[in-house]
Amino acid sequence: MKVRVNVRLKPAILDPQGKTVQQALTQMGYDDVKSVRIGKLIELEVEGATIQAVKARAEEFSRKLLVNPMMETFEIELENDPRK
Amino acid sequence: MGFPVKQIWHRSADLEEVSAVVVPGGFSYGDYLRSGAIARFAPAMESVAKFGKSGGLVLGVCNGFQILTEAGMLPGVLLRNVGLRFICQEIYLRVERNDTPFTSRMRIGQVIKIPIAHNEGNYYLPPDDLDALEAAGQVVFRYCDRNGNVTPESNPNGALNNIAGIINKEGNVLGMMPHPERRCDPLLGKADGVEIFRSMADYLRRN
Repeated sequence: MKVRVNVRLKPAILDPQGKTVQQALTQMGYDDVKSVRIGKLIELEVEGATIQAVKARAEEFSRKLLVNPMMETFEIELENDPRK
Repeated sequence: MGFPVKQIWHRSADLEEVSAVVVPGGFSYGDYLRSGAIARFAPAMESVAKFGKSGGLVLGVCNGFQILTEAGMLPGVLLRNVGLRFICQEIYLRVERNDTPFTSRMRIGQVIKIPIAHNEGNYYLPPDDLDALEAAGQVVFRYCDRNGNVTPESNPNGALNNIAGIINKEGNVLGMMPHPERRCDPLLGKADGVEIFRSMADYLRRN
């Protein structure tokens, strides 16, 4: 099953990379861009019997390795996500 | 220092009865994902975590500091430098404590000069945790100017409260972004960094 983990910096964490990109956009004339925050997208292929089982596994390894909860938040999307 | 030194391979979980561990700088696992995030699961690091828990001396330098925070052996996290640059330069540090096994040869308020070389050295901790860290006196080194004043101008990377090095509550695990091992020989400039290793050696001989 395809799993996507969207990792975002917490709002309180400064994002110098996003700020630099925003400055570049402003300089290019896109001065309507008021904020840029850069996160990351991690795509995985995970085996599992049910959506729930895969989701639980993904949450576990995201917390342990993919994300540092002190600075980041994350959301998990599954390919067969019933919300879509 | 008068002590034999062993290098422990990262895939080895056997620390071979060492009396102190130094987790050095570098770019373990290419700094992929986050600095230190993958190294903290290396077999050697799991043994280092046990060693630290049992009271063994652990010094983490630069990437070693990042690994110790990722491993939960020290609080906080090292974010990307505010200036978005890899910084390699000499900086001044003010010594905040000399009652630790790592700083006993220094004076409180002493200014030492050693280099930094990092991209993620911006120490961060949520506000309440930062207050607790300060209240517990866990900050050992702060970035300062040549006269020991802790100022925004002397902060190279945006670290909160100019924090350059911290110690755990138990006082046996220290992490710092600057590189004391690069200032251990007078040929390379003033050997301020060697005092950290001499302090550790004193402690090990006493205990």
